[in-house]
Amino acid sequence: MFKLKCDDFLDYDEATGTYSMSAEQQVRDETERNKWKTTGFTLLKDWRLYLMLVPMILVYVLWKYLPMYELTAAFRYGDYELTTDRPWAGISNFQNIYFGANAAAFWQAFRNTFIIAFYGLLFGFPMPIILALFFNEVKSNIARSIMQVCVYLPKFISTVIVTSLTLALFSGNAAGGQIGVVSQLVGKIFKSSKMLQASLDGGLVYTIQYFRPIYIITDIWEHAGYDSIVFFAAVIAVSPTSYEAAQIDGAGKMAQMRYVVIPSILSTVVIMLIMKIGGLLSVGYEKLYLLCPDSTYGNYAVATVVSTWANAQGNYLTQAFGIAGEMTNNLIGMILVIGANTIARKASDVSLY
Amino acid sequence: MKRKIEVSELIFKIIAYFFLIVFAALCIYPLIFALSSMFSSFDAVRNNEIVLWPTGKLQIEAAKYVFNSSRFWVSYSNTLFVTFIGTIWCLIYSILGAYALSKKRLMGRHGWNFFLVFTMWFSAGVVPQFLNYQSTGRVMATIFAGSTNMSDIDLKWLIVLAMGMNATNIVLLRNSFEGVPSEIEEAARIDGATELQILTKVYIPMSKATIATVALFFGISRWNGYFWAYKVTNAAGQNYSWPVQVYMRDFIQLNTALTGKYSVDDAWEVADIGKATSIAYSMVVFAMIPILVIYPFIQKYFAKGVNMGGVKE
Repeated sequence: MFKLKCDDFLDYDEATGTYSMSAEQQVRDETERNKWKTTGFTLLKDWRLYLMLVPMILVYVLWKYLPMYELTAAFRYGDYELTTDRPWAGISNFQNIYFGANAAAFWQAFRNTFIIAFYGLLFGFPMPIILALFFNEVKSNIARSIMQVCVYLPKFISTVIVTSLTLALFSGNAAGGQIGVVSQLVGKIFKSSKMLQASLDGGLVYTIQYFRPIYIITDIWEHAGYDSIVFFAAVIAVSPTSYEAAQIDGAGKMAQMRYVVIPSILSTVVIMLIMKIGGLLSVGYEKLYLLCPDSTYGNYAVATVVSTWANAQGNYLTQAFGIAGEMTNNLIGMILVIGANTIARKASDVSLY
Repeated sequence: MKRKIEVSELIFKIIAYFFLIVFAALCIYPLIFALSSMFSSFDAVRNNEIVLWPTGKLQIEAAKYVFNSSRFWVSYSNTLFVTFIGTIWCLIYSILGAYALSKKRLMGRHGWNFFLVFTMWFSAGVVPQFLNYQSTGRVMATIFAGSTNMSDIDLKWLIVLAMGMNATNIVLLRNSFEGVPSEIEEAARIDGATELQILTKVYIPMSKATIATVALFFGISRWNGYFWAYKVTNAAGQNYSWPVQVYMRDFIQLNTALTGKYSVDDAWEVADIGKATSIAYSMVVFAMIPILVIYPFIQKYFAKGVNMGGVKE
């Protein structure tokens, strides 16, 4: 029994009847003893490689991970001067924003975040796929390139310009009692006097019932073209022989779409959907901030999201609430990312991270 | 082999062309609108008569005003500075880091990757990030100005160093570097190339498309950055460090009726609201010009770069 267990590291000498350490085990012991030395040597030999990593690590620690340390402020009382070391508050700040005095404002912001993100996904996600499928129909390279140049462009326009033009087109310049071009057009088509009145009152963007559609439309305008790049790459990767085979089998255009193209791009669609779900709660706060800077604007009730709400809680008395609220939002966002990724890995062997 | 075009195919093609042309036109329409408003008469701008083409008596007063506005060009040069230096700084640490991360022999590679990717999943949020920038400013002021007041240093350097991080871009670069065959690296190493030489002579030339894409992304986000630059410069009251986006928004908010209701009682920098609006559109056009100039040249790269460095593993 003993022999069986030990004969991988002991040698039995038949002549003398004694055991001695086997040669392989001696090598193994030697390696084990020198493990740190070897590691150190490899590190030393590759020091240039590790030095290359240093600037990136430094930047990320300083400006991405140190802010996370500031999250501890969510567990401290806010109503003390910043200079003094503020006492620990436990979870009282969280209780305040979930059930207490700030609950209404926080849940409103959270609800808005979720609604804007959900509608953005619902209407914004199919658009790039449709664009990619349609681009595939354009056989002339020049025509397609011109169209692609046009549709990718909005992605590179700054948020300030996008919001200013949104306000100009949808709200317009109330100075002369006139309204924006799009408002005029929509008002003419639908003969909606309510909409015209809203445009005159404060502009469509600042009216509660029109803000969300406008936000979603401008978001699609910004991102759909650019997001179609990935799908278009997937569509043109479909081999021409598949189309030919389908044609020989008598498939029309719709049948080809249904049985050839859609199945081929499905994995890309799934990955992109997972990515979008993962980023669901991180809506673009810059744009929302520019469309609704503070509570005096008419669209505050629907346009304020958790980030902009937290930003408004910036002074030292209330910032603990803002930090706590945003931390909640971002933690849920992180759970969504990890959850979506896990499901993807289980379901289709493709995952992002 | 000529094939008869079926009716369903024809209908589909017509719908596709129609939809694409309309969408492409809508994508550039607001830009044409801004350009037309820049040159339309002030009355037309005031009364929102512009639909597509310049209306009324054409003028270049608005463009002249912007051309002579020193505050606009100071903020413009701030943006140029931040974009140029900031993009180079981001590219340097991203390329070096991505190169190290792409090496299988790097110890704790998974750990470092997680360190990077975690910032995509979870961010501290607006308020902690702002507190962090404020303390960064204080530390920089202690080092360079001998005080703890953030406004004593030029905040452009804070914007350049601390902002514009993007983990996705580093992942793009890393994936692209991983795609370079290791035999080439071995060959270079046998020829006596050092680590840095391998990077600059082998890896960077072979990943030109991705690097161009990533540089474009960094540059555009710098050029377009508004929120943090606004927060930081405003907290310190340092108007001379404003990037052009911040100045433009400020001008539009203070002088035009685009962001709020117009009231005659307010003090206006430009007396005529039509002229002020036209000036605002001129600023929009001026601020877009660099992007419109660079974009067509680099556009062929980024479709390739995005797909190459896209989803992997």
